[in-house]
Amino acid sequence: MTTTEPKRTERFEDNDQKPVGYGRMLRKEDPRFVRGKGRYVDDVQLPGMLHLAILRSPMAHARIVSVDTSAAEALPHVHAVVTGTMLADKGLAWMPTLSNDVQSVLATDKVRFQGQEVAFVVADDRYTARDALELIDVEYDPLDPVMDVRKALDEAAPVVRDEIEGKTDNHIFDWETGDAGATEKVFAKADVVVSEDIVYPRVHPAPMETCGAVADYDAVDGRLTLWSTTQAPHAHRTLYALVAGLPEHKIRIISPDIGGGFGGKVPIYPGYVCSIVASLVTGKPVKWMEDRSENLTSTGFARDYVMRGEIAATKEGKILAIRTHVLADHGAFNGVAAPVKYPAGFFGVFTGSYDLEAAYCSMSAVYTNKAPGGVAYACSFRITEAVYLVERMVSRLADELGVDQAQLRLDNFLRPDQFPYTTKTGWVYDSGNYEPTMRKAMEIAGYEQLRREQEQKRARGEIMGIGVSFFTEAVGAGPRKDMDILGLGMADGCELRVHPTGKAVVRLSVQTQGQGHETTFAQIVAEELGIPPADIDVVHGDTDQTPFGLGTYGSRSTPVSGAAAALVSRKVRDKAKLIASGMLEVSIADLEWEKGRFQVAGDPEQSVTIQDIAMRAHGAGDLPEGIEGGLEAQICYNPENLTYPHGAYICVVDIDPGTAHVTVRRFIAVDDCGTRINPMIIEGQVHGGLTDGVGMALMEMIAFDSDGNCLGGSLMDYLIPTALEVPDWETGYTVTPSPHHPIGAKGVGESATVGSPPAIVNAVIDALRPFGVHHADMPLTPSRVWEAMCGNPQPPI
Amino acid sequence: MQVTMAVNGVEVTREIEGRLLLVHFLRDHLGLTGTHWGCDTSNCGTCVVWLDGEPVKSCTVLAASAGGHEVRTVEGLEHDGELDPIQQGFVECHGLQCGFCTPGMLMTGRALLDRNPHPTDEQVREAISGQICRCTGYATIVRSVQWAAAHPDGAEATEPDVTDSEAVPSGSAS
Ligand code: FES
Ligand code: FES
Repeated sequence: MTTTEPKRTERFEDNDQKPVGYGRMLRKEDPRFVRGKGRYVDDVQLPGMLHLAILRSPMAHARIVSVDTSAAEALPHVHAVVTGTMLADKGLAWMPTLSNDVQSVLATDKVRFQGQEVAFVVADDRYTARDALELIDVEYDPLDPVMDVRKALDEAAPVVRDEIEGKTDNHIFDWETGDAGATEKVFAKADVVVSEDIVYPRVHPAPMETCGAVADYDAVDGRLTLWSTTQAPHAHRTLYALVAGLPEHKIRIISPDIGGGFGGKVPIYPGYVCSIVASLVTGKPVKWMEDRSENLTSTGFARDYVMRGEIAATKEGKILAIRTHVLADHGAFNGVAAPVKYPAGFFGVFTGSYDLEAAYCSMSAVYTNKAPGGVAYACSFRITEAVYLVERMVSRLADELGVDQAQLRLDNFLRPDQFPYTTKTGWVYDSGNYEPTMRKAMEIAGYEQLRREQEQKRARGEIMGIGVSFFTEAVGAGPRKDMDILGLGMADGCELRVHPTGKAVVRLSVQTQGQGHETTFAQIVAEELGIPPADIDVVHGDTDQTPFGLGTYGSRSTPVSGAAAALVSRKVRDKAKLIASGMLEVSIADLEWEKGRFQVAGDPEQSVTIQDIAMRAHGAGDLPEGIEGGLEAQICYNPENLTYPHGAYICVVDIDPGTAHVTVRRFIAVDDCGTRINPMIIEGQVHGGLTDGVGMALMEMIAFDSDGNCLGGSLMDYLIPTALEVPDWETGYTVTPSPHHPIGAKGVGESATVGSPPAIVNAVIDALRPFGVHHADMPLTPSRVWEAMCGNPQPPI
Repeated sequence: MQVTMAVNGVEVTREIEGRLLLVHFLRDHLGLTGTHWGCDTSNCGTCVVWLDGEPVKSCTVLAASAGGHEVRTVEGLEHDGELDPIQQGFVECHGLQCGFCTPGMLMTGRALLDRNPHPTDEQVREAISGQICRCTGYATIVRSVQWAAAHPDGAEATEPDVTDSEAVPSGSAS
């Protein structure tokens, strides 16, 4: 077996006719995209459609003294100008966030971050709408902003959320996990304790398509159709019903082709609500598309954790315990999209892939005058931060002990016989076999040889580093007993219909933003029923067409909805078996399933295909006693546990001694996501995540100045990797199926985003060891690396 | 003002505002929504089209200044319903995920191959370096362009291969 994904060529026209299930299959969705026939929200054109533009606050914290809209209203082709006060009259000035906080739709009392929504204009076209924004006159009374998260809880700090009754500080919540006392005991007896201040700066998912919506309210039948850039159409529908008081059955959310999500399209943003209000007010369809600076300054955002990490070990290198305190900056409104009982997301998996004696985390979350939004950017609900913390600390410990980064991990991994394994913070890892994954990464990398090369280069004064990281993720939220979003259980529905001619349609509650659901879900059904993927249509992203479920984020599609697709297929197969027994006139006990047909045991000549059965199910002939016609089924899958993919990543960097510029020369990623449905798509998911990792580790940051101005508000300032900043990825895999998932699959969409930043940072720190550097924070821009080489690396915030 | 240009070989004339950007002209006035718009600063390249055969960022060109010129968009890449090899290459090599950057990447890739039929991987990376893909990590885009370079006449009639056995859950494989 090869260790890297093969480069293949094949003729794709016939590709999806393969009567197969799993395996490399070209994507069913691609023909429309390469023709420019994708249909994204901004491509929706309705007759009489108007355009909405939003006026945003230039200040981070200020009282609104007055808003004068008269000049804007007087501009020809303007249909409406709406302010916060007008929304307040309708009871719509505030909306709930996904974290049981509220967020202002349009500011009424004061603005709380730069870029906050203040008013909107509806006009005939997008240019006029923008012109009108210029004519709105807002008088602000500036207030001191809270920009430094470390000072947010100072007594003297201005109160961001003074509209909340009785609120006198910026505290949101405290949270802890693990056993403080037991951890303290372990730390007290440990030979070696290392601690480090680690910042995971604020970053932004910045999908290439910004957020937007087209709202079309039909006053006659009271129906609202909303095309919107959402990763969770069903959850959004319920929330709109609750907020706007529209009956849920009269709301249809269509999430058409989505130009990347990465978590940034999970929350409900004020712009969506404004579009709905605008359509209600004008009686016309209304489109809102944010521009890039609006996207970067007001929607999404991720991380923003200031962490103190501590790790305890014996002098022989046995890791004993990890402890951390986190200060979490949630911005002006707590808009985190995470299951309600998990205010810190799944940060609790910061114990990593190691067998510890104890672990403890305490956390305080605070309000600041920065944009709200959530835990977006492919983070698996804060696992990105957790993995970064533990993997930096383990490499920091290796540094302290003078042992190899890879070896220290190999010496401390959970063993295969320990699974299912309950961590010291209560997470039940379903399966894992870490050592072969690590060894495979080392083998692809040529690890020993790289270390020799590094030695030789060091002798010549060149700066080269090798970084290792290993992650275990917890994905596929989640069991409904523990996990809900605003009371909605995190289960997913799936419906499968097999038509008389044996073609099928499968309807999902999750939807793709590029992950290839139209292909992989057809493959899952194909594998279970033996119907060729080309004969299976995958319907998703439309609440009128699909069963209820919570959508695609947190790598949950395969773990939850993928399981649903497999199980609904098995339900159909069970019914098909009953019909087959009638057709073949044998008892069901005598029937065997061969992919695509039932045959009589011992007499395989006697068989009926699934297509024959489908025709019989809908046909005129008799069916066995008690069997209804038709061949379809529906289920709602409630996962028993999360799935726990793992992976080993190795990064090789070179640093220019003159400019301190970091080049990622090689990156090796070995992932284990259990059963592999479509290796080509998995490889693509990994590649994308690795590129995110390079961005976060070396380039990306949403920074602010002390006045609250966002310094990352355009793609000139917020740097995203291009083809020149990333290497040709080297990938490999191992397969450790999930024991509780019907097809043994685990999520993989965010693995590389989670696992790659620590590998890159560990490589840079490894490179800088001769300079006496033990830690430097992301993003490792040339200036920060230079500071580190000069012995003075500054934190980014 | 009135503007006339050839778009994908068809002459079009429209009444427009002088400030209208070419990207909005194509999308909103002609309904050619394959060309995308992804930033305000000419950084993302989701809007790349050809102006007289040269790739340009259509968010940085006034529709008025394209008057009298030839514009080609992703919708004009096909030949009589047959995909261009560059389009086939992206399908073959998983050169796209969400598809939002894809039209721009296709236009740049095709233009590169027209000038340099056998580019190195580095040259491909250089050619697309003014464009951002947030999904693929670029390696598969490079492979896609190289596929098109290797198949100047498009797909050959080879037997499609069958499933990879590697997907089978068989414990830890190595
Ligand atoms: S729209 Fe971003 S470069 Fe043109
Ligand atoms: S495929 Fe999504 S941006 Fe390139």
